[in-house]
Amino acid sequence: MSEELPAEVEGWIGEKRYEEAGEFPVEMGYVYTTCASVENGNPLYWDEKVAQDLAGGPVAPPTMISAWFRPHFWAPGRTEQAQPLQVHFDLKEKLGLPEAVMTDNTITFGEPVRPGDRLRTHQLLRSVSTPKTTKLGSGRFWVIDVVYENQNGEHVGTESYTGFGYRRDS
Amino acid sequence: MSVENLTLGRIEAGQVVPELAYDVTATTVVLGALASRDWRPMHHDKDFAVNRNGVQDIFLNTPNQAAWFERYLTDWTGPKGRIGKIQFRMKASVFPGDRMVFKGTVTRTGTDDQGCGWVDLDVNLSVGDRTVTDCTARLAVPTDDDDNPWQRRGDAWQPGQEPLTPGR
Repeated sequence: MSEELPAEVEGWIGEKRYEEAGEFPVEMGYVYTTCASVENGNPLYWDEKVAQDLAGGPVAPPTMISAWFRPHFWAPGRTEQAQPLQVHFDLKEKLGLPEAVMTDNTITFGEPVRPGDRLRTHQLLRSVSTPKTTKLGSGRFWVIDVVYENQNGEHVGTESYTGFGYRRDS
Repeated sequence: MSVENLTLGRIEAGQVVPELAYDVTATTVVLGALASRDWRPMHHDKDFAVNRNGVQDIFLNTPNQAAWFERYLTDWTGPKGRIGKIQFRMKASVFPGDRMVFKGTVTRTGTDDQGCGWVDLDVNLSVGDRTVTDCTARLAVPTDDDDNPWQRRGDAWQPGQEPLTPGR
């Protein structure tokens, strides 16, 4: 593998890509279903008075952040959409690395997400390593941020993924 | 509703978060996947999971695991506890029939230059002697009974800040 990163990939580093809006506003139905799925009785999500006193109104559990962007299973007349983490798949293709694993995932939370919010997201390639060889094969590590903002441009969260794209050593 | 909230002064490094155990069923897995809008078949279709993924059954998806970790931690802090940052390393899967167990230990406490109180924890999700996911989390907790991390906005909320002024 060449040490040098293709110029196109180099240009992606630090560039906002795949800006998208969520398909629907944040709503309490999914909040209740999520809390029910993990038997989360936190009164912040179930008791309007507690929500008002603590957070100035209802909020969604922070860890739900990515749920607001998963596309509907079906929608009328839909054309091909960008996959979540499209930058990851672009890197695999451009660098000719057919296999990939995610090694770790960090989420940092910002302003509270509230029902009615219209969230937006974009992807940002942070870095690509020099060629590395691990027990999986030879390839490169990369770090991709998925950044989430609300309708006021306030940061509500960033998911940061470390991926390793590789080719099995023959 | 009376609600208990842990304050920073009552937390110290080495403190153990009460364990949570839960018997997972197929409904747990399917409900969790749908709640997080994850329609991929390995989280609801056993035939697909077995024949295409080569695993024993459908398995808990990652976003729902995150929701479990959040519930585990805020059960402990009370509703004023606000999660700032969470990092996962996935190692294995959770299947129907598994008894999953969450364990957590405080690694550090401190305050940032905005006066926000933070607790860092190591949290582990396991089934029997198999570690499923290792997680590190940072939660904001009130520094006293009048403080409330949920009221922090803009620069007053900095979950990534280092260093912290050490707590206990």
